[in-house]
Amino acid sequence: MSMNPIGRETRPQDASASAPPTHTGNRALMLEQPLIFEIGAFDRTGVDFEPGDIGPAIVPRPIEGAMDGVIYETGKLARRVPIGLPGLSEPEMVRHYTRLSRQNYAIDLGLFPLGSCTMKHNPRLNEKVARMPGFADIHPLQPADTVQGALKLIDELATWLVKLTGMHSVAMSPKAGAHGELCGLLAIRSALEARGDAREVILVPESAHGTNPATAAFAGYRVENIPATAAGRVDLDALKARLGPDVAGVMITNPNTCGLFEPEMISISQAVHDAGGLVYCDGANFNAIVGRVRPGDLGIDAMHINLHKTFSTPHGGGGPGSGPVVFSAALTPFAPLPFVEKQDGTYLLVEEETAGEHHGKSFGRMTAFHGQMGMFTRALAYILSHGADGLRQVAEDAVLNANYLLRSLEDVLDAPFGASGPCMHEALFSDKGFAGGLSTLDLAKALIDEGYHPMTMYFPLVVHGAMLVEPTETESKAALDQFIGALRSVAARAKAGDQSLKAAPVFAPRRRLDETLAARKPVLVYKEPGVAEAAE
Amino acid sequence: MRYLPLSEADRTDMLAVIGAASVDDLFADVPEAARLAGKIEGLPDHASELSVERQLGALARANVAAGDVPFFLGCGAYRHHIPASVDHLIQRGEFLTSYTPYQPEIAQGTLQLLFEFQTQVARLYGCDVANASMYDGSTACWEAIAMARRITRRGKAILSSGLHPHYVSVAKTMAKFTGDLLEVAPPTLDPDTDAAALLDRIDAETSCVVFQYPDILGRAGDMAELAARAHEKGALLIAVVTEPVALGLLKSPGEMGADIVVGEGQSIGVGLQFGGPYVGLFATREKYVRQMPGRLAGMTLDAEGKRGFVLTLSTREQHIRREKATSNICTSSVLCALAWTMHMTLLGEAGLRRLGEINHDRALYAADRLARLYPRVRLLNRTMFNEFTLVLDREARPIVRDLAARGILGGVSLGRLYPDVEALANGLVVAVTETATKEDIDAFVAALGEALA
Repeated sequence: MSMNPIGRETRPQDASASAPPTHTGNRALMLEQPLIFEIGAFDRTGVDFEPGDIGPAIVPRPIEGAMDGVIYETGKLARRVPIGLPGLSEPEMVRHYTRLSRQNYAIDLGLFPLGSCTMKHNPRLNEKVARMPGFADIHPLQPADTVQGALKLIDELATWLVKLTGMHSVAMSPKAGAHGELCGLLAIRSALEARGDAREVILVPESAHGTNPATAAFAGYRVENIPATAAGRVDLDALKARLGPDVAGVMITNPNTCGLFEPEMISISQAVHDAGGLVYCDGANFNAIVGRVRPGDLGIDAMHINLHKTFSTPHGGGGPGSGPVVFSAALTPFAPLPFVEKQDGTYLLVEEETAGEHHGKSFGRMTAFHGQMGMFTRALAYILSHGADGLRQVAEDAVLNANYLLRSLEDVLDAPFGASGPCMHEALFSDKGFAGGLSTLDLAKALIDEGYHPMTMYFPLVVHGAMLVEPTETESKAALDQFIGALRSVAARAKAGDQSLKAAPVFAPRRRLDETLAARKPVLVYKEPGVAEAAE
Repeated sequence: MRYLPLSEADRTDMLAVIGAASVDDLFADVPEAARLAGKIEGLPDHASELSVERQLGALARANVAAGDVPFFLGCGAYRHHIPASVDHLIQRGEFLTSYTPYQPEIAQGTLQLLFEFQTQVARLYGCDVANASMYDGSTACWEAIAMARRITRRGKAILSSGLHPHYVSVAKTMAKFTGDLLEVAPPTLDPDTDAAALLDRIDAETSCVVFQYPDILGRAGDMAELAARAHEKGALLIAVVTEPVALGLLKSPGEMGADIVVGEGQSIGVGLQFGGPYVGLFATREKYVRQMPGRLAGMTLDAEGKRGFVLTLSTREQHIRREKATSNICTSSVLCALAWTMHMTLLGEAGLRRLGEINHDRALYAADRLARLYPRVRLLNRTMFNEFTLVLDREARPIVRDLAARGILGGVSLGRLYPDVEALANGLVVAVTETATKEDIDAFVAALGEALA
């Protein structure tokens, strides 16, 4: 036995014993954490308030000159029943949420190949600039001459978005990608109605993201599918055959959700325009082509840009996003309020008041205020950091990384469109060849044990057991090689019918969770034990 | 380029594995006519962190930050103090750089937080259930109107004149396309809300009544009768709350019978940020849960019987139901929801109540002092929380600009919010939170006195 001079052992002894259960349920750094409703107290707070320089001494009283001899009659509206909000002191709160944070996977921890989501590195400079008081601490209704820097920033970001897409204008206010889709479709509907040509149908490829048909329905359209070819592209002939006077337009994702560029995109746009319709492009996959292809050169009329994808504003566990929409000249007059305009060196915010003279055909406002300013600062910092050369390199490296994955895996995983040429920024695989009843889900859960967030599963719907892998440009070759090794290993197990995959994940903070139970007996809020039992 | 790890040697090696001669080969599907030969016109090449910080810093300094001057703006966005620990925690990479928890086994942090968020929102609003956030209050408000249409199968919504005009605009934009009928009028300068006036307008075609509490002029109205009348006619009551801190002191809308309660959450945990990102709150009765928009976190068990959380009831959502989904929303505002929950957990019931009292006291003090400028200024409200309306003896917009020139951001003129309504031009809405000191208020009173001299 090795010992140091004070008698402490310095070499590990027998490691063969299996891990015993612990008293706390914790396993060293893997810490269990109850809900705040189980650890907080209603009289506890982690906020100290300033001793009142005004204090509660002000007694509501009639104010001289006030209308009707005002009395502050809030008495009958005063809250009398407790809310039920437990509080924690600051050290308890910091520990509670720090412990919870450690149960999350994140880009900061490793490769996050969630297809169609562009989980790239989030530069911390962008967090820093977004928190400058001149951006973070300004009110949306401040007089325009007190926010000239903010308006200039919006105008500058808008300029680059228009130039990068080769379009005519941009609406900055949409709050996320799906909100941007809605913005685009409302502009299309407005343009068609303005020419007295109400049309009812929006065509959407089978492979589209679910938001596309949902948005079209939300905008009052009927949705019809366009089939795909065997090579994973829009079937141009089928599309042409369906076009007609009832078709308002198409929603096409390009690069598409199979990770492929639509080589016939110009012909698609032409055919839709010839039939009197308009073309909406879902820009979720813009990262593959930024700086190399301008969607405006493909003949489209509107496209949203997910700033939280291509321009790396953090995904934050499911938002906030930001979905500015670029427009062709034909749709520009119908774009929503508000927007920023420059006049004689001063930036103006065009809202309802001045819309009449500046923008009479606008379809209106989509949200209170002016959009996701906090995302605009981050996106502009990202664009300026990369510059013209860097953005082009972004697309090239994103596509290079995806093709490297595709070609390094296609001998062990079925790549349904692998033969039809290079992919763009994401590689698509299917579950073909998995044995022993194993599925894409099993492979995904096994990847969790290997230390990875799984790829997008079961999407697009056109491929059986789809696995859509998007590495992004911010992964090194070493990181890709390690991921390829892990994926090859789990793919081999899936093809060998290794039933231990069914038990995965084994090493995550939780084993597989029962989603059926969650949906069958929804528990969406916490109920104190006595209350919960009484309710049953 | 500091964000791109591949070296030229890596790129060469990888192209060899792919079997491509150059990266251009990978873009072979792009039609020749759409390939951009050069770089984006006018955009400089990549820049250092120092350089970008310098450029953005110059833009930031060209704005007047709220914290640098006496500040009294509200109308749907409020300046409150956010504890330092909140912003620290949401910058942990595990929260900041994760995504929608599609893989719950490695997303329990976000999921448990969202479950806490849903519970806090539901309790604050006095409702059974809440969702895991919307984009903001205005879009949540429209989603509630659309949900009421689905539940009642009726298409006429009655909007209170006290509803935030931007929320009204958003609803009008959407209703143009969905065919919903909206009945709405601008507010009048009355000490009380229009709650009583709305009663007789509810009929058998009405899907919902939408009532803001406290309203755009800062007035708090009792909704109990409105709820009873709506229910009698088979309609729903939707309550809209733009200042959640008010509910520390005031009865919750759910308690008064509201069926759906939506609102802006920004006041808790989220900074002003020139209007976004913010966080929409959405709560309702248990029986309507399957008609709700947005994500829902739910409690369940894992394979070993341990408690855990998942996204649930997703058959309502776009990725499953496509064109039949309850909403097209996908990415919402989760990081802001996490900040909201962290701040609310620090406050707790006692802290929220104290915060509410301080806001209310300060607003009363300010209202008292400002009303002494009578007859140049009249105080409108009979009720208020931390916001009230002054009626000036002249148009308020130039006065707001005058005050800004004097270094005071002194409220929102109704002329800005209702440019077409002559009768509101003299209105000035003033919000007073815990961030305004007595000196700030006294300076505002003095400056307004001078501006109106």
